[in-house]
Amino acid sequence: MPPRPWRRLGEMIRKEFRQLRRDRRVVAVMFISPLLQLLIYGYAVTTDVRNVRTIILDRDATPASRAVADALTASGYFHLTGYARETGDLVRALDRGSALLAIDIPRGFARALADGAAAPLQVLVDGTSANTATIASGYVALIASHAADQWGRRQAFAAPAVAFDPRVWYNPGLEARIWYVPGTAGMIIVNLCLILTALAVVREREEGTLEQLLVTPIRPLEIVVGKVVPVACVVMLDVLMVTVVGATLFHVPVRGSLLAFGLSSLLFVIAGLAAGVLLSTVTETQQQASMSMALVMMPINMLSGFMFPITSMPQVVQWITLLNPLRYEIDVLRGVFLRGVGFEVLWPQFLVLAVMGTVLLVIAGRRFQRTL
Amino acid sequence: MRTPTLELDRLFAVAAKEWRQLRRDVRSLLLAFGVPLQLLLLFGYAISWDVRDIPTAVFDQDHSEASRALVDAFRSAGYFHVVRQISTHTDVNRALAGGRVSAVLVIPVRFAAALQSGRPAPLQLLLDGSDANTATVALGYANAIVASWSPGARIAVAASGVQPETRVWYNEDLESRKVLVPGLVAMIMMMIGSLLTSLTIAREWERGSMEQLAATPIRPREIVLGKLLPYLGVGMADVAFTVALGAVLFHVPFRGNPLTLVLGSLLFLIGMCGVGISISARAKSQRLAVQLSMLLTYLPGMILSGATFDISTMPRVLQLVSWAVPARYYVIMLRGILLKGVGLADLWLPMLAQIVFAGFALSLALTSFHKELA
Repeated sequence: MPPRPWRRLGEMIRKEFRQLRRDRRVVAVMFISPLLQLLIYGYAVTTDVRNVRTIILDRDATPASRAVADALTASGYFHLTGYARETGDLVRALDRGSALLAIDIPRGFARALADGAAAPLQVLVDGTSANTATIASGYVALIASHAADQWGRRQAFAAPAVAFDPRVWYNPGLEARIWYVPGTAGMIIVNLCLILTALAVVREREEGTLEQLLVTPIRPLEIVVGKVVPVACVVMLDVLMVTVVGATLFHVPVRGSLLAFGLSSLLFVIAGLAAGVLLSTVTETQQQASMSMALVMMPINMLSGFMFPITSMPQVVQWITLLNPLRYEIDVLRGVFLRGVGFEVLWPQFLVLAVMGTVLLVIAGRRFQRTL
Repeated sequence: MRTPTLELDRLFAVAAKEWRQLRRDVRSLLLAFGVPLQLLLLFGYAISWDVRDIPTAVFDQDHSEASRALVDAFRSAGYFHVVRQISTHTDVNRALAGGRVSAVLVIPVRFAAALQSGRPAPLQLLLDGSDANTATVALGYANAIVASWSPGARIAVAASGVQPETRVWYNEDLESRKVLVPGLVAMIMMMIGSLLTSLTIAREWERGSMEQLAATPIRPREIVLGKLLPYLGVGMADVAFTVALGAVLFHVPFRGNPLTLVLGSLLFLIGMCGVGISISARAKSQRLAVQLSMLLTYLPGMILSGATFDISTMPRVLQLVSWAVPARYYVIMLRGILLKGVGLADLWLPMLAQIVFAGFALSLALTSFHKELA
């Protein structure tokens, strides 16, 4: 006698693949969407502050004030949109948004410098982009002080007290994009797993075909496994595609073990699929499923450390992030791609991912059987 | 006898039916308000771009009074959280590679001696660049701390030099959440508009109820507009809900004219729902409709609208592309109205863009839908 359960499962998987293949547009979107996400994150999302639109009002018009203004524009952080003639120009530029930063060098700036008094410099920042504003105004302070220092040192020679030598490891160019590529892979896994699985199950329930399936000898567990296997295949293919495209297009280094990357992705995919099945058991229609997904996806993405540093979050929220599987996947991706480490360092993350996947699988399986 | 191109009775009948269906699905409706609430709490309390408490290790090889003073300066600035002391070079590698710390401050031997003899004292900071944003900010803070630190004085006040007096406008205390709320309103509108609406017509096709509708004398444009109305209502209620919640929870100001906000939001929402309905009518399957609406509206909208990321730091090409994203104009308008308090005189361009977008999307929706059964 042939092993019956495997044949039933095989038939179920074949049915799902056939259904998927019939809707070619869905398959196309499944591959275009991650690619587009990768390109957008890779090219668009830089939190580096460069070319901040700046307007300068130089009331002092002395060599010293010009030296400061020149140092600011030469730094590359600021893009000078023009010189203002009066305060009104500064206000208008900020109001209209044509400048994010307005620098007002008051009269007596050079004299104050020469006297050794604190030379005042007014900086107006458009706070509506808080991140850029914080960083940019910090740069103004640094560059202006440095420029004035150099200017003053022409008269009296003085060496700086500390020779500061900061070095950035793993990403010396401080390029955001080489991190966003592996990060996007992690995010794509969770998003696709959740929505594709949930919709695949809910649709059968909504259309009433789930009941037809149930009267066949196939077991509920086999239905679930049959539904998630094609999704898992698509998602793993997506991960492969994103990694290859990212590595070639954005020169993302792969310094650690690819085996660790593959294994963690697999564990994470399993957890994501189980979560998708779980989501399908608490929703009745596809509309509900997609709205619930929007509700679940946001915290998972935002509290993962992908874009927002976890160490800056309030302590309570930091504890909550410990329950987020994406957090561990992000840890693994950062480690493997950028820091070049493997199992020897990342084994706790693997352990957590495996435990989370198992727990989610058990809960999802139980709930699925009960909701039938 | 002349038949009117649009019969309001029929339109309202469809709207009433759609509204009843929406109301019956209490959970979807709850989610329509639950999502904004959750996003507000998430962005307001949990996450921010601010970088604080960077986990830092100190490798002090000098063990002098000066080196301890420097570590204190780093510690008291509030940006670096010294979590451990390191005593060997291999530990430096291990700490950074393991991801336990993001920065290591290395103070070499003879740091104090160099300071005393007037030579530049060597000092090294190693940063984990795998999170480029945190590393950039940390670098800036470290430079500032070292520049303002002088070995003699504990409280570093440079008597000479420039004293920048920075004033931040529109968001005086530089709280990222105040800036994020206007962006959130736009994101929520995109979600309601595209996600919720994109399913409506596809659902009727999938369930076969479209055939029943086709048998009635109702015209396609009456169906489209009738389906649009209830979602417009939900969307506008969401705008009011989010803005009010932002004001109560985070004291986000409302400095501009409410009427401008209503008008702009209505136009944006018409555009968004129009896109959602066009997707829905063309896709005819809910699975495809959800994916397409995420792909076409939500994803570019979230990133290229300026809601979460600064557009001015993006490459030139993408900055140009972002002008084709309707949400970008809506975000400019929201920030203008809520934070800057400017009126139509400054916002005529985004308003015009909204009108064009709404008109375009609406005509797209009206032409996308035919009653013929395949």
